[in-house]
Amino acid sequence: MSEHVIEVKHLSKSFGDHEVLKDVDFNVDHGDVTSIIGASGSGKSTLLRCINLLEKPTSGEILFHGSSITGHDTDPCKYRAKVGMCFQSFNLFNNMTVLENCMTGPVKVLKKNKEEARSTALKFLEKVGMAPYINAKPRQLSGGQKQRVAIARALAMQPEVLLFDEPTSALDPQMVGEVLSVMRQLANEGLTMIVVTHEMAFARDVSNHVVYMADGVICEEGRPEDIFDNPKDPKTIEFLQRFTNR
Amino acid sequence: MTLPEGFFPRIGFIIQNYYGSFLSGVGNTMLIALVSTFIGCVIGLGVGIVQTTPTDKEKNPAAYYIMAVIHFILNAYVEIFRGTPMMVQAMFIYYGSSMVFGIDLSMYQAAFLIVSINTGAYMAETVRGGILSIDPGQTEGAMAIGMTHYQTMTSVILPQAVRNIMPQIGNNLIINIKDTSVLSVIGVMELFYTTKGIAGAYYTYFESFTVTMVIYFILTFVCSRILRAIEHKMDGPDNYELVLSDALTMGEGNYRVRKPESNTNRDLAEKKLRSSAESAIEKGNQREGL
Ligand SMILES: Nc1ncnc2c1ncn2[C@@H]1O[C@H](COP(=O)(O)OP(=O)(O)OP(=O)(O)O)[C@@H](O)[C@H]1O
Ligand SMILES: [Mg+2]
Repeated sequence: MSEHVIEVKHLSKSFGDHEVLKDVDFNVDHGDVTSIIGASGSGKSTLLRCINLLEKPTSGEILFHGSSITGHDTDPCKYRAKVGMCFQSFNLFNNMTVLENCMTGPVKVLKKNKEEARSTALKFLEKVGMAPYINAKPRQLSGGQKQRVAIARALAMQPEVLLFDEPTSALDPQMVGEVLSVMRQLANEGLTMIVVTHEMAFARDVSNHVVYMADGVICEEGRPEDIFDNPKDPKTIEFLQRFTNR
Repeated sequence: MTLPEGFFPRIGFIIQNYYGSFLSGVGNTMLIALVSTFIGCVIGLGVGIVQTTPTDKEKNPAAYYIMAVIHFILNAYVEIFRGTPMMVQAMFIYYGSSMVFGIDLSMYQAAFLIVSINTGAYMAETVRGGILSIDPGQTEGAMAIGMTHYQTMTSVILPQAVRNIMPQIGNNLIINIKDTSVLSVIGVMELFYTTKGIAGAYYTYFESFTVTMVIYFILTFVCSRILRAIEHKMDGPDNYELVLSDALTMGEGNYRVRKPESNTNRDLAEKKLRSSAESAIEKGNQREGL
């Protein structure tokens, strides 16, 4: 058996006295699509941000291909170049065009030459259906278009793992579809993804691993069919009931 | 030469006889104002960037304490130069530099120095505010693709911050054009000092300063318009052109985009394209049974 791509071990995170993550453990293997679901404030974003080192864990460890990334000797920039992230609020660079957004990382971080970066950027923009908009500025795009560009920007780094923090929560229902369809395609192509989402259909149909979080702990995790059809924990049952009753 | 009677004839007389002096006064004023505003902005950028650089106490304690000392010095600089009048600073630096430090500053060196560090003190705060006002999401977006703090600053944060503080840079330039007049206390031959000389020759204070008033206004007005135009240019075009290739792949479905009639009407073109993209996605989704 091959090693895990990401291992989260006894991860805890506090903001002041407020303990947001309590002893969280979970693993991600190559090609896994992991969905993290749970109520608002349960610590899903914090967990994802810890995995990308945007937050510093209070205790515990995160391993990437077996070696710790939470120690002092890891370069967070090198690590983040391999583990990308897409945000709820897109966070596209407002001073750049769509194409520049997708070229900056490869040129500045991966030190690719402009031509090469341009053709990779175009390839991924085409994949998310945003190639016609390469000259647009982010403020000229709709939410769904912004998120697709953000995905292309992350893909242009050719990351091993891509993290998504509620990529569709800020979107109108009609735009949700266009973003989910891109993510579904990425999943089919075998990209390793960790997705925090409130889209239960996506979690159920696309992911192969579902993690349910409540109050900073992982309540239950497993295959989507087990979690959705046979939840064991009363909290999970209650949470899912609220979604199906809607 | 005899001084004519009446307000307008006198103005004509002054302009005719002293336009050379006025021009050299304007030249000095603008030179000091432009150069010092530029240097002041560079100082302000430097100080503002240092003040917003995060340091990790645990990871690098030495750097943390060095930064703390630097922060203290920079804060003192900002507070002292914002908190005292430029006229007093001019006297203090011009006379103090030779008495205390034995540096013999020429009048003009002193002039550039004083206005630059004064502008720098104001700009430092402006730049700091400009950097802090950029959505933290921009930094996170940059960090998420592995950019270092330096790369994030130079390619993402500063371009946006500088654009946002352009009105303040313009403000400082206009203030400097006017405030170079206080340098007359150390004898710099700028517009105000020159006018005093002209006015004194025939006791035409009102007439001479009327001319100077108009000149100052023209200078500041023209500068503010030019800066407005630069700001507009920095914003880039309001419209963008769609780049249409024959076939674009989207999801599972291929779709073709018909070339819209006009690129200038971006809303129309965009709407068309978006709806065709959406129908393509819908088709793709249906196929997958979403
Ligand atoms: N920077 C911070 N400082 C202090 N508290 C924070 C910070 N970030 C998050 N928290 C707290 O941590 C808890 C978990 O937040 P988190 O954003 O991880 O929840 P979430 O599961 O992502 O919720 P949502 O579904 O609403 O996004 C919340 O109670 C929040 O108030
Ligand atoms: Mg969240």
